[in-house]
Amino acid sequence: MRRRTTFAAMALSLGLSTGLLGALGPALAATPPDTLVMAKNIDDMITLDPAECFEFSGGEIVAQMYTRLVTPDPKDFSQLVGGVAESWEISPDGDKLTFKIRPGLKFHSGNPVTAEDAAWSLQRVIILDKTPAFILSQFGWTADNVKAHVVATTPDTLEITLVNKFAPTLVLNALSAGVGSVVDSKLVLEHEENGDLGYGWLKNQSAGSGAFKLLTWKAKDAVALEANPDFYLGAPAMKRVIVRHVGEPATQQLLIQKGDADIARNLSPDQIAELTKSPDFELQAEPKQSVLYLGLNQKNEILANPKVRDALRHAVDYEGLATNLLQGQWKVHQSFLGEGTFGALNDNPYSFDVEKAKALLAESGVGADPKITFDVPNTSPYIDIAQAIQGSFGQAGVGVELVQADQKQILTKYRARNHDMVLMYWSPDYLDPHSTTDYFANNPDNSDQGTAKTIAWRNAWDIPELSRQTGEAALELDPEAREETYLDIQRQVQDEGAYVLMFQQVEQTVVRANVEGFVSGPTFDTVTYAGVTKQ
Amino acid sequence: MALSPEADRPADLPAEEATAHSAFLRLSRRAASLIGSVVLTVLGLLMVTFTIGRVVPVDPLLAVVGDRAPEHVRERAAIELGLDQPLWRQFLRYLGEVLQGDFGNSVLSGQPVLTDIARFFPATLELATTATIMGVFLGVPLGVLAATRHGRWQDQVIRVVALAGYSVPVFWLGLVGLLLFYAELGWVAGPGRIDVVYEYTIEPVTELMLVDTLLAGDTDAFFDAVSHLILPASVLGYFSLAYITRMTRSLMLGELGQEYIVAARVKGLSETRVIWRHAVGNIMVPLITTIALSYAYLLEGAVLTETVFAWPGLGLYITQSLFSADLTAVLGATIVIGLVFIGLNLLSDLLYTLVDPRAK
Repeated sequence: MRRRTTFAAMALSLGLSTGLLGALGPALAATPPDTLVMAKNIDDMITLDPAECFEFSGGEIVAQMYTRLVTPDPKDFSQLVGGVAESWEISPDGDKLTFKIRPGLKFHSGNPVTAEDAAWSLQRVIILDKTPAFILSQFGWTADNVKAHVVATTPDTLEITLVNKFAPTLVLNALSAGVGSVVDSKLVLEHEENGDLGYGWLKNQSAGSGAFKLLTWKAKDAVALEANPDFYLGAPAMKRVIVRHVGEPATQQLLIQKGDADIARNLSPDQIAELTKSPDFELQAEPKQSVLYLGLNQKNEILANPKVRDALRHAVDYEGLATNLLQGQWKVHQSFLGEGTFGALNDNPYSFDVEKAKALLAESGVGADPKITFDVPNTSPYIDIAQAIQGSFGQAGVGVELVQADQKQILTKYRARNHDMVLMYWSPDYLDPHSTTDYFANNPDNSDQGTAKTIAWRNAWDIPELSRQTGEAALELDPEAREETYLDIQRQVQDEGAYVLMFQQVEQTVVRANVEGFVSGPTFDTVTYAGVTKQ
Repeated sequence: MALSPEADRPADLPAEEATAHSAFLRLSRRAASLIGSVVLTVLGLLMVTFTIGRVVPVDPLLAVVGDRAPEHVRERAAIELGLDQPLWRQFLRYLGEVLQGDFGNSVLSGQPVLTDIARFFPATLELATTATIMGVFLGVPLGVLAATRHGRWQDQVIRVVALAGYSVPVFWLGLVGLLLFYAELGWVAGPGRIDVVYEYTIEPVTELMLVDTLLAGDTDAFFDAVSHLILPASVLGYFSLAYITRMTRSLMLGELGQEYIVAARVKGLSETRVIWRHAVGNIMVPLITTIALSYAYLLEGAVLTETVFAWPGLGLYITQSLFSADLTAVLGATIVIGLVFIGLNLLSDLLYTLVDPRAK
């Protein structure tokens, strides 16, 4: 009797759970034909306002929702083409640019896109002065003078005047970044509160004329976009794009395998190898302009020794790491401008040579068995890279103590110049060599109070001459002379810099075989969903 | 002089009124001490979390303005957020805002933390409640069975099952579950709360997907939501089951050895009555605490399960906020969890008085 009752209770409970499990039948797989579903880690998104957005995931979404004044050509990223501007003219002295606005362009709201909107959008970036505003304020624009220097002279003519002179290509490249997005001024101003230029509202709304408009953004969960049928390059084939926040790569792999996602963005080399065995999946590999390097703090006496730095550059097994560990996700590249950038130096003069490293260390006079600490982000593949480097440095006779921590913790330490050696990643802010050169080869004030906290400053690398040269390169009007200067700066940094420059990123995206037309591009905000189709 | 109800009684009050008066006093004292302990607990919780949040070696401005902001932008943000003030003043400012019901804005979502929590918590509530129901309906009978079959094979099997639920990492179990039931067999839907086909057609009213799909009158969407829920809930439910089974078993073993059980059997009561009425009836109070604790634990955010199943609940929210140094969000969510714990404790206190007259 007692057994029967207990078993009956259990059978009922078991039935409740397993019965439900089985009775639901096969789950839906395959996404709707007019909907693109992407699995991606989007935990860095904090805003969708183009005047503030400067995160990788947010920048990518902003790029789908807004059209910029000028934009990189998705077929050839080294070329700029018109976006909101149909054409432009540059004055002979290079300090005035006049843009003609493309006729017939409409915002998602139905409002026409005018030169007034373009002028207001750029002014708004300067007045709000959020993180990416420096991309425009470097031209000398301030909240006080921007209205005089960025002017709509007619409904379809925008005129901008530079206060600080810069190479025109630099100006156009800077305008092609997310901050150059043209915002629907009429719509945004309807939501203005206390003179905030719609800042409070635009954080999680869209007011652009891009290929997609925002349907909803649930922070830390998903972004849903809806096609703009009036997009000037033609209505996208995908009526909806849903970017799901999936932090765990193993889950991303399952989703794409089952057809619940069309694209997976953060898979490891092993997972990619596994998936691409099947004809159902394709691998898209596109070089990014991001580089991976070791930062060597010059406050550390050992690392301040040029012979030691030279020895370390010979103590990294570049090829071994790229082939065995990184498996195509990073390629060997030993200068700070990624291949494909204007003026990039593509020589890789250093190779793994333990004997040479030992000899250089002996010459350096730092004594036997020098020791340094090595700060590394606690995620893959950084830990694996760091362990390999620890091994090869050990062979050369340099003791390395690994310190693993969260990326934000390492950045805090790096910004305070409290590290010895650090493994870091750099991605340019916009498609011009100045963006990256300014960080690696400019340190106008090496004191602890220095305000330009560039990578050179963080590594306490005092370089007045290089800083001057970097400034000059940005002003050079002649493209050939400009390119020559960048090549020269890169050679100096490669040989003497406070860095070991190692790899350039190749972004690997896995798409289902029926998906075509996804473009990743060289930077975080050149990703394009507009051309995606499904068979 | 020590106060007693007698001493409190004004001399001119009749005895009946005096009894009511002292009952009222007892009640209000109990209420006052309850409120006092709730306030103290929340204050302590706030202080500890706030201090930990501020002393961790992460620059809070990194989350707000990012790594590449120019110095003047960083400085302005620091002033706006009061981060240039001494720690104690920052805490007082935060406390003042919390008392006015303002938990601040999450850096990551730009939304008030309370709005975020109102959206993320129902997902966890749905998951944890389903898991606890599974855990209770399976765990209690299993624990009882193990105790009544003490030392026999049934007991051994149940102990192994419970031990596995304790020892197997939830993360691993979740992935294996996904591989088997979602990827291989296709019995259940995969990660997330609902399929994209339905996702933007269901109006979020309660943010409980099962309820919202029913309110929308969309049965297909309802079953899709159930199909998404069943696997993560089972994984969590297994954990809950393991805990409840072990506790039930050991409570029952203690009870079955009591003299009154022997007496009941001698009196000729049926075994079912002896076990379910007398023994189980007597372990109800500690059992309720066990269940409440297990429920609170799951509500606290089943962090790993939510990560594996891309389940947008409080656990996922807190983890991401922590990784992004979004301290306002971490603080807000911690307070909510603290309140949930306190609430569940009060609730289990109340339930005691219902099931056990002695507790009155």
